[in-house]
Amino acid sequence: MINLEPLIYDKTSPGRRGVRFPESAVPHTDLPADLVRQDLPLPELSELDVVRHFTKLSQLNHGVDIGFYPLGSCTMKYNPKINEETARLAGFAGIHPLQPVETAQGALHLMYLMQEFLKEIGGFAGVTLQPAAGAHGELTGVLIIKKYHDFNGDTQRNKILVPDSAHGTNPATSAMSGFKVVQIKSDERGNVDLEALKAECDDTLAGFMLTNPNTLGLFEENVCEVSEIVHQAGGLMYGDGANMNALLGISKPGDLGVDILHYNLHKTFSTPHGGGGPGSGPVGVVEKLVDFLPGPLVAVQDQGGEDVPPYYNFVTPEHTIGRMKAFHGQFGVIVRAFTYIMMHGAQGLREVSEYAVLNANYLMALVKDAYRLPYDRVCMHEFVVEGRWPEIEGVHALDISKRLMDFGFHPPTNYFPLIVREALMIEPTETETKETLDEFAKALLQIAEEAKSNPDVLHQAPHVTPIGRLDEVKAARNLVLCCGVPWLDND
Amino acid sequence: MFHPHTDSDREAMLKTIGAGSIEELFEAIPEDLRFPELDLPPIHTEMEARELLQDISEGNETQRDLPMFLGAGAYNHYIPAAVDFILRRGEFYTAYTPYQPEISQGTLQAIFEYQSHVINLTGMEVSNASHYDGATAAAEAINMGRVILRGKRSKAVVSPGVHPQYRETIHTYVDNDSFDIQGEDLDLTAGPEALYPLIDENTAVVMVQYPDFFGRVYDYTELAEKVHQAGAILAIVANPLASALLKSPGEFGADIVCGEGQPLGIPLSYGGPYLGILATREKYVRHIAGRIVGETQDEEGKRGYVLTLSTREQHIRREKASSNICTNQGLMALAATVHISLLGKEGLREVANLNYQHAHYAAKQISEIPGFEAWSDQTFFNEFVVKCPMPAGKLNDLLLEEGIVGGYDLGKDYPGMQDHLMVAVTEMNSKSQIDFLVEKLAEVSRD
Repeated sequence: MINLEPLIYDKTSPGRRGVRFPESAVPHTDLPADLVRQDLPLPELSELDVVRHFTKLSQLNHGVDIGFYPLGSCTMKYNPKINEETARLAGFAGIHPLQPVETAQGALHLMYLMQEFLKEIGGFAGVTLQPAAGAHGELTGVLIIKKYHDFNGDTQRNKILVPDSAHGTNPATSAMSGFKVVQIKSDERGNVDLEALKAECDDTLAGFMLTNPNTLGLFEENVCEVSEIVHQAGGLMYGDGANMNALLGISKPGDLGVDILHYNLHKTFSTPHGGGGPGSGPVGVVEKLVDFLPGPLVAVQDQGGEDVPPYYNFVTPEHTIGRMKAFHGQFGVIVRAFTYIMMHGAQGLREVSEYAVLNANYLMALVKDAYRLPYDRVCMHEFVVEGRWPEIEGVHALDISKRLMDFGFHPPTNYFPLIVREALMIEPTETETKETLDEFAKALLQIAEEAKSNPDVLHQAPHVTPIGRLDEVKAARNLVLCCGVPWLDND
Repeated sequence: MFHPHTDSDREAMLKTIGAGSIEELFEAIPEDLRFPELDLPPIHTEMEARELLQDISEGNETQRDLPMFLGAGAYNHYIPAAVDFILRRGEFYTAYTPYQPEISQGTLQAIFEYQSHVINLTGMEVSNASHYDGATAAAEAINMGRVILRGKRSKAVVSPGVHPQYRETIHTYVDNDSFDIQGEDLDLTAGPEALYPLIDENTAVVMVQYPDFFGRVYDYTELAEKVHQAGAILAIVANPLASALLKSPGEFGADIVCGEGQPLGIPLSYGGPYLGILATREKYVRHIAGRIVGETQDEEGKRGYVLTLSTREQHIRREKASSNICTNQGLMALAATVHISLLGKEGLREVANLNYQHAHYAAKQISEIPGFEAWSDQTFFNEFVVKCPMPAGKLNDLLLEEGIVGGYDLGKDYPGMQDHLMVAVTEMNSKSQIDFLVEKLAEVSRD
């Protein structure tokens, strides 16, 4: 078992140095005496101390490079190493966001192509690369909905509908943009309940936020009807693209009636999750919404000609909702996703989704006799089972999750979606072998057996991790949120 | 491509599922909308993709090709080799949000240390685990100020010295309802006193930048008093590197500090991914957006770290959450944590001082060129504005012909400032680069 690592503030030694900088070669200017900072309470370590510290910390993590990571809704697929190389090319990593566009034509070319690729994959007329993450893309989309209705004088449209299976970001985003949020229940097949939807479709409807496949991993069988009902009521269809890993080359959301969709480049297009970001959440829209996109977008200014490449520039759409962040989006993430698309082409992307769906259905088939499936249908790229057995009291999804760690697996997403009791949401992704899925299923089946025969082994799990279950109540009650801060006396 | 299936794997798996083909798994999709042909470039092998991306990247001129004196919110700084060495550890970059603390202590402890570094640099008491970038952190700070005052106050006072793109982002975030932003049209040459008359009992937040967009460094102590007398929140957009040398925003009495963490070990990378810093006072901890890591222990009393105060967040509060943020900039926060740890107390001061020295040398040399003069005599850190004898845009074009990327043309954002060039000088701009700039400025302005 790997030992825990002391805090970096506990390893400091006054006078010890890491990196040094050259002496100043210019004539000295005095510092402004009244504004100079007196105390800078940061740690002092050698370079080796620092490298060892963070290397040891890294060893306390589970990652895709270490083992299976079937975290539902997060698409923890393999992050190709070539992406890390291309994003670090000097011509990408060393360019300033405000340098003259004539000195950054490579970057604009790449961004332009990426806009085009995402338009093609999703079936849209325009794409902005600016949003920094999925939730940020959602905010962009909902602000577009708002602006579109306001522009048309439909200011009474103040209601956004979300299915009860939606990601928590959907209602939070809608509320953040000033909309009223109304939840629509799912029917007995896990689809949007059409009658419940119709009942809410009136002239205050601004839009509907659909995740498809939904968070149960099911393709929304009524998607075309849902789109039609929403459109007839004057609403816009927002698509949460978190689950696009099921649809590449399988179906275009734009064809299914989705007007706005955010992509998660860090899920579908293999850019690393980084321990929680950076993500990237480009947004695609249909023709009538292109003028509302946040600027700047990359456009061809001059087509060029034989032996003359096109010349690109930034443009701001006429009725733009405004800027969503500084500069042009998470460019380094976009380079990685671009590399991934280039390595797949149309055929490869379709295979990504085909094998993601094959893997999920295979794993589901292996475990569905031991774990209850709330909706017994062909799933898409992920599926949800109940992490409980009515006849066994006191065993929870959390216990199953913790026990999975003993087998070297990252647990599935648990307790989401909220409409399934003790939910375990499992997304294997296409990059896992049959052997890994077999091993994981074997572990799940053993755990189901243990739940009956020896539930304590579940309750006490995990057994092999560097630290046991942590007291989250204590963390929230006695807040300790930093260390080594002299004015807080928190050591 | 990265799926590992052999033909026999596929057949065996389909058999287990009970399906005849993979296509059969997609029957829920309307048949006429199934399997569209995608018009995308052909498949590139890794070798071909590497070559292609290399070619595209060479369509850009980098900091190594041309000396650059551009800042305006993104700065070219030296990044020690060990930073990227740590970032490339798969255990860090192929993990996700640490929902399962038993197998995520590496990420969690690194964030806890990040929070500590940010608090120490900014002089605050609480930091979140990071935000998308400086602009979104600023928008979130305005939002936070409104929430702290329970939405009862309907305006923010924002200095025109706050980054123009941050202000645009703030407008995008808050313009959709009855919330007013004042102060952006004030006289640019005025100091923070110009904001005082706008601060009243209806003001939720006052936002200034430190150093401001034009590079000027003000003591905001008196501003903080005025803001607090009015019962409002003071938010300071700060460059964290400047705070290694100069008084921290916390020392002035800021309630919220937000800003761009890119100067702390993050490459320019054409504007992203960067790092949003968001920090506040203990009393506002329940109003800060984003994830926070706290210390606790396991059943045996071992110290460990978890995500905490999650009842503030969207996945619990859904439509009642104050922000929708979930993913942050984890790996960028790690970069900053490693960078700060490597430079440490002395290294960070040393590099901040180098910035100060080089920038002041450049400012002095430029203001001695006939026709050029300093726009402000206010204290500055590593960026300053010079009034030029011709439009800054034209000057930049002439400099580019000489192989220099000049400064930022302020006319782009501020009408009437067409003749003003904003010059950033960091430790990466050597004395000879600065002398070259001065020589060329003199030459092209004389012709």
